Amino acid sequence: MEYLLIFISAVFVNNIVLAQFLGICPFLGVSKKIDTSLGMSAAVAFVMTLATIVTWLIQTYVLTPFELGYLQTIVFILVIASLVQMVEIVLKKVSPALYQALGIFLPLITTNCAVLGVAILVIQKDFNLVQSVVYAFSTAIGFGLALTVFAGIREQLELARIPKGMQGMAIVLVTAGLLSLAFMGFSGVDSGLKVLMGLD
Amino acid sequence: MNYISIIKNGIIKENPTFVLMLGMCPTLATTTSATNGMAMGLATMAVLICTNFVISCLKNVTPDKVRIPVFIVVIAAFVTILQMLIKAYLPDIDAALGLFIPLIVVNCIILGRAEAFAAKQSPIASLFDGIGIGLGFTLGLTLLGIFRELLGSGSIFGFTLMNETYNILLFVLPPGAFITLGFLIAIVNRINKA
Repeated sequence: MEYLLIFISAVFVNNIVLAQFLGICPFLGVSKKIDTSLGMSAAVAFVMTLATIVTWLIQTYVLTPFELGYLQTIVFILVIASLVQMVEIVLKKVSPALYQALGIFLPLITTNCAVLGVAILVIQKDFNLVQSVVYAFSTAIGFGLALTVFAGIREQLELARIPKGMQGMAIVLVTAGLLSLAFMGFSGVDSGLKVLMGLD
Repeated sequence: MNYISIIKNGIIKENPTFVLMLGMCPTLATTTSATNGMAMGLATMAVLICTNFVISCLKNVTPDKVRIPVFIVVIAAFVTILQMLIKAYLPDIDAALGLFIPLIVVNCIILGRAEAFAAKQSPIASLFDGIGIGLGFTLGLTLLGIFRELLGSGSIFGFTLMNETYNILLFVLPPGAFITLGFLIAIVNRINKA
């Protein structure tokens, strides 16, 4: 039940893009078409979950016991960068079909601040390994949901007549604002669920 | 290249917030007030100036194939130093910016300038590029912060200007960030075309 709560909270209430502002670059950059946004979401889900497991293990078994907490930022970013590279190489060998689908998105993920953000957040929240994995995966689902819905809206937006000054990025940002406003409707759902399940 | 024109280029022609649209995450997340926006801008500028200078000094000894990892290590090192300094001397700023201080590492402006400018130009020119782009970023964030704070809490830099009745809470919340930036970009586009 606790995991369901983490899931609902990460996907809807504290959506990584629309409420926490992490991963805005791919959210604005790769949301022109639904197909590509689905590919990007899948790649992020894969890397985010894997990166969180690895960084959590490093933090718990290396950084904390040896009191190297101040190296967190450097170690985490290097781990994520090399992990992305490794995933790319392994995927190329093992599953060329999947590599074809995700390939172009993988290098972009290194600079996706959502991946590093989630890795640091699970440490700050004092989650255990299972909670961290559930949190990372749910966050990625939330990212995918926001990205796909937004891509759907942008496809429709192409057909609309937009005032000259608002064309391009301006209207995209205002649309994202309205989507974020819609997601704010979920606020409070997590605390309500907590009461309902008797966790509070 | 003339140093004044490098700085001017960073503030106006290649403004990271309104023209290049890089580093959107901290831009949207930390501009709930003018003070927070400016603090984030200055923190990023401090890192950018140091990394630009160091990376430019190292450009002749860095093999081309491993240059990106080298850049990332240099950036991460300076971000860690800044993170410790802010924690020790400016705890209020640390509490307000939180997660976004370590996330300066993945700010695309810094890696972008390292790759596009510092890896090609002299250390002194790179230093000035860091100042220019940093000022442009700070300016963008402060401007966004001013509008959001004025509309959302009726004050600028903490000085109350409007009665509470006129506050529109939306502008301090996440949707307000997107909407305000959207309109600011539309205004900048209009000015640039005119």
